[in-house]
Amino acid sequence: MAQYIPQILEFFYIVIGLLLMMTAVRTFKDKTNPQRFGTSAFWLILGIIFAAGNFIPYIVSGILLTGIGILTLFKQVKIGKTRPITEEEGEAGAKRLGSWIFFPAVTLAAVAVGISYTPLGGQVGIGVASVVALLVAMFLTKATPKTVVDDTDRMFQAVGSVGILPQLLAALGVIFTTAGVGNVISNAISNFIPEGNRLLGVIAYCVGMALFTMVMGNGFAAFTVITAGIGVPFVIAQGGDPVIAGTLAMTAGFCGTLITPMAANFNALPAALLEMKDPNGVIKAQAPVAVVMLGIHIALMYFLAF
Amino acid sequence: MEWIKLIGILIILVGFILKFDTIAVVIIAALSTALVSGLSLTEFFTIFGEAFVKNRLVTIFLLTLPMIGISERFGLRQQAIILIERIKGLTVGRFITLYAVIRQIAGLFGIRISAQPQFVRPIVNPMAQAAANAQYGEISEEDEDKIKARSAANENFANFFGQNTFVASSGVLLIVGTLESQGYEVAGSAIARTALIIAIINLIVIAIYNHLFDLKLARKYGKNSKGGN
Repeated sequence: MAQYIPQILEFFYIVIGLLLMMTAVRTFKDKTNPQRFGTSAFWLILGIIFAAGNFIPYIVSGILLTGIGILTLFKQVKIGKTRPITEEEGEAGAKRLGSWIFFPAVTLAAVAVGISYTPLGGQVGIGVASVVALLVAMFLTKATPKTVVDDTDRMFQAVGSVGILPQLLAALGVIFTTAGVGNVISNAISNFIPEGNRLLGVIAYCVGMALFTMVMGNGFAAFTVITAGIGVPFVIAQGGDPVIAGTLAMTAGFCGTLITPMAANFNALPAALLEMKDPNGVIKAQAPVAVVMLGIHIALMYFLAF
Repeated sequence: MEWIKLIGILIILVGFILKFDTIAVVIIAALSTALVSGLSLTEFFTIFGEAFVKNRLVTIFLLTLPMIGISERFGLRQQAIILIERIKGLTVGRFITLYAVIRQIAGLFGIRISAQPQFVRPIVNPMAQAAANAQYGEISEEDEDKIKARSAANENFANFFGQNTFVASSGVLLIVGTLESQGYEVAGSAIARTALIIAIINLIVIAIYNHLFDLKLARKYGKNSKGGN
């Protein structure tokens, strides 16, 4: 079954691409939007890259993507008119359906988790679960296809350009890796610390993980680089327990994830999903805990690993 | 002149601080890093395009949005409020901490889901807002934003510091693999046990943090201000 995963995922990407193109058509038709051409082009380009990315040369996708950057740089992308939800609609729905309204959301989670235990894995799981949950929701609410399309468009535009930020940052990470940015940083840090000082070694390992994670937006990418560059020579080779040092270093890196705009899927995306006024609000709420947890990591590694 | 390669980081930093358009900033950072590192323009377009296409998986959450959209239209938020109002004594902070506990237990069993779109927007945030409304009535827009931020933040706390308690999580596998390649044989179960220490400490820290938030709201709006008693 597992050999079909790429094909199944490709199918879902094509579906996403078509939905993005639908938003492109709707924003194009929306004469109230002063930037309807730019906005429509933005969604259309995304739709093309999603649906056809694997069938057109990568260089074309790269150029199209840069085109999106030019559109947003010159503020040509604006949220168009979408169908709002009235308080009456919500209250009527809650009265009619009661707690059954949670059923589609619970279905989504249950099906996604269930499939993640099969050979198909969690990623196919999210796709399949989304379709199942949507069908359940349509059956339950008796929503017309038009309402589904309206709401899809509303959600897509609300998430907007922030929605593709995590994917874009992942691509930036690939450029950083190709350019060798990681080596520059780990060399710089290892030049600062004297060998043989355990406390400084521990601090460098934990803080290095957090800093590097902030730059890459990803603790996993940081872990291999910083463990080889700092963790092994300055902590483990000094007598530190590899299990304790490695485990704590990984979550020390996650302290960095909490306070970096580079980790858009955890920080900027929820701000967009929740339609928050302050795009950095999630990072601000996380910063105190991140600092406290990093301090705890340093103390634990110093006292437990040696 | 190795340092010049860090120009992309500088651009990101300045761009995010000055709140320039994020998408454009990221693309400019990528382009500059590529060019100073000796890649040609066509190489850049190809690598960047390929990297973006290969990472489409990151954006698969878009598929969940249609269901969430119609659930919201048919009263998801309103019903969340009704449910929360039935539970007496449930403050915003306590509710969010409770969610974090459940989330970390899910992590212990290896349940890995992108919960920001799946749980936080449709369920956690509306319930947290409802808990605040049940206790204090109307609250300011600024505080609504803060509750949204707390809901998202606690999802991240519980996800990050709880995920390695599961032996077969990708984090644990990466730690084992990396240490092995450095010549240290370690067992995944030992790593998961160590991760449990951090998971428990994390719950204590965020319970205190969320309790402080409750106190702050109580100071601002007064205890049980709803109904004026």
